[in-house]
Amino acid sequence: MAYPQPHPRFSVLSTSSLSSAEHLSPGSSSRFSLPSAPSINTASTPKPGTRPNIYDRPLNKTRNAEVSSAAFAFLFSEIVQYTQKRVSGINDLERRLNTLGYRIGTRVLELMAWRNESASKAPKRETRFLPALMSIHTHVWRAVFGKPADAIEKSVENADEYMIIDNDPPITRNISVPRDMSSLSCSSFTAGIVEAVLDGLGFSARVTAHNTPTEQFPNRTTILIKLEKSVLEREEALKT
Amino acid sequence: MAIFGLWVINKAGGLVYERSFGDGLPHLTSNEYLVLAGTLHGIHAITSRLSPTGSSSGAHVISGETFKMNILLTATGTKFVLLTSLVEPTADSVLQKVYEIYADAVMKNPFHTPEMPIRSEGFDTRIGALLG
Repeated sequence: MAYPQPHPRFSVLSTSSLSSAEHLSPGSSSRFSLPSAPSINTASTPKPGTRPNIYDRPLNKTRNAEVSSAAFAFLFSEIVQYTQKRVSGINDLERRLNTLGYRIGTRVLELMAWRNESASKAPKRETRFLPALMSIHTHVWRAVFGKPADAIEKSVENADEYMIIDNDPPITRNISVPRDMSSLSCSSFTAGIVEAVLDGLGFSARVTAHNTPTEQFPNRTTILIKLEKSVLEREEALKT
Repeated sequence: MAIFGLWVINKAGGLVYERSFGDGLPHLTSNEYLVLAGTLHGIHAITSRLSPTGSSSGAHVISGETFKMNILLTATGTKFVLLTSLVEPTADSVLQKVYEIYADAVMKNPFHTPEMPIRSEGFDTRIGALLG
């Protein structure tokens, strides 16, 4: 599953669609573009009766708010269908889902850091890989899915590979992948979230999702983290 | 006290899902099933216009000497038909559960095309768990 571009995480466009969208330069970081939101007017006070801008709402108010899982399931289903119409293959589809997840992951990390800062007296930033992985397994999963992931594993064969395992990922609970696309895992979306959080914490990695069904858990999914060499070298240097 | 079969008929009268349970039902070809579903769709459309007092949702139960057909019409026009024995008090609640499973495993599945035959592993498994 090699990325065709040197820096794929800076482009939401697949290689196949680049030609048809030349007005977007391939190197631009369109992944970080803001959605078209009402422009923020700093000069005048908002008119009475108008709803406050979504960006001005208190962030802590939604700390324990929950989203209807049915509404999300329909939205995610549409996202997958929309994406599927615009790609040339399974790898391309997974990469795009990953890109969409990446945009969420950057925001999740920012929000979690912000909340952590206001909630605890001694807010801490994870600088070592294993605690960071633990915090993704527990805190990121709880913030995004409302429950911690089920397991963390370290690859026996490759020192740079780690796995987060979810026995029944909520976002793919209602998805049945047809047999001719059986290698597709819609959890690539989750992989994108994990990749963004790791990137934001300074652990560059390539994250992919794989179906690893068992008798007991037919939807079991493994999020595979392949760390970059520089991260391993730094970890080694920090070891005292 | 037995459930023999389940059909799902789309709003155009096409059979999109058919499954038999146990050995109670004689084996019919898929063409015969399609004709049956289409006919039932027509009968249902007529019965819904027969009501003497305002609007009606059409036939709920059609019964024979040895079995009955329980029909659930949803708001979108999809029909669920459950073939059961004459005395089957759970038929209505089973149909509601089937509707729920359909909403979850079929409508929320990005790989399902609306109004087309249901080929979803998740739906099969959950129906099997409910009725099998």
